[in-house]
Amino acid sequence: MSENLIEIRGLKKNFGDLAVLKGIDMNIRKGQIVALIGASGSGKSTLLRTINQLEEATAGEIWFDGQLVNQDLPHRAREKHLNQLRREIGMVFQHFNLFPHLTAIENVTLAPTMLKLQNKSDALTSGKALLDKVGLADRIDHYPSQLSGGQKQRVAIARSLAMSPQVMLFDEVTSALDPELVGEVNRVMKQLAQEHMTMIIVTHDLRFAEDVSDHVVFLADGLVVEEGPPAQIFADPKHELTQSFLKQVF
Amino acid sequence: MDIQLIAKVWPFFAEAAVVTVEISVLAILLGLSIGFAAGLGSLSHNKLIRLPVRFYVSFFRGTPALIQLFLLYFGGPQVGIQLDPFEAGVIGLGVNIGAYMSESIRGAIISVDKGQTEAGRCLGLGHAQVMRKIIIPQAARLMVRPLGVNAIALIKGSAIVSTISLVELSYTAHRFISSTYKPFEMFILASVFYLLIVTVFSYGVRKVDQRVAMD
Repeated sequence: MSENLIEIRGLKKNFGDLAVLKGIDMNIRKGQIVALIGASGSGKSTLLRTINQLEEATAGEIWFDGQLVNQDLPHRAREKHLNQLRREIGMVFQHFNLFPHLTAIENVTLAPTMLKLQNKSDALTSGKALLDKVGLADRIDHYPSQLSGGQKQRVAIARSLAMSPQVMLFDEVTSALDPELVGEVNRVMKQLAQEHMTMIIVTHDLRFAEDVSDHVVFLADGLVVEEGPPAQIFADPKHELTQSFLKQVF
Repeated sequence: MDIQLIAKVWPFFAEAAVVTVEISVLAILLGLSIGFAAGLGSLSHNKLIRLPVRFYVSFFRGTPALIQLFLLYFGGPQVGIQLDPFEAGVIGLGVNIGAYMSESIRGAIISVDKGQTEAGRCLGLGHAQVMRKIIIPQAARLMVRPLGVNAIALIKGSAIVSTISLVELSYTAHRFISSTYKPFEMFILASVFYLLIVTVFSYGVRKVDQRVAMD
């Protein structure tokens, strides 16, 4: 059993009066591929976004690689702490959020060069290799507006990988894509899974979740209802909420 | 219409138009500098920066530019600020338009998609780095037109500096009216020069806008 990379303890998140996460406990081991599934509004995206503190937790603890993520620090110290942590936690968004004024390769090399992790020429070499890896070697000088949705999302994945993160968070990354473009993004994620990248995948694509993950967490109404290996969750769900959710969508 | 009179006095108006252009350009440059600082300051997390900036913006947008100019030029000497009409004109107009420009700049910055900031921060970039490399370059395209509108408002609004005896277009019109009693001709002449300046300036703004939209 390998060690936990992420530990979440009693995590709560309120938006005003609305409780979105109502006490989540979760462990993610190194190399684990976790699929977060559940209906819209169940809190799965919010859970993902609290891990890197795009959303501040209301209560509870998030531990990453032995460090408390949501430390109560003065503004400046907190920013520094989060900047350090976020280098290790890659994130890919539903709407890509590529930088539209930069080419594909500039999107990929921006952070490593700005943060002085690599000099320009090293960043360029590894950036090209990453774009090649996601099948876009011939698109490095294209601007996002010249790319299809699937290509944009693959650039976004390469951009995250350029920081050599320890974990990748995927927030419904194929939801905004035309159906015929989903496969090319899923293939890249699957390749990462085979390379034992630790991944947390929020998705509505249950077939993909079943295919790629080794652990499935089903959320409903801000709580973990059921979790287990995909074979068990999808073939033999124990909880009645899981059963009815799967009946509706599968 | 007294065409002969117009033919005789227009060179004086042309000279005065140069002063209007000079004062406008200097005030626009001052306004842009203040506008950038205040636009960014109004978005600061630090209250000690944000609140004074908010006060500056509401004061200069919430009071007449004429009163601000009088406060500076006539009120200034009482608190030890001695300025000639040209200096008072540039500073008065510039500080006033800076408040409007800061709102144009702030508006452009906040209309850049929030996902851009999130993507930048998720890569481990700090707030200032995200601003500099990701948000400002995108906001720059969005701010050209509103800043152009501000600048043109300033050119027209620069007529108020005639009230502190600065010899520019409006002052020149008034001066010739008192000697010729031909207000119609003199104001038409002044209008033509204002329109000329504004038209050239608008053309420039359009060119810059097309340029940044293409990049």
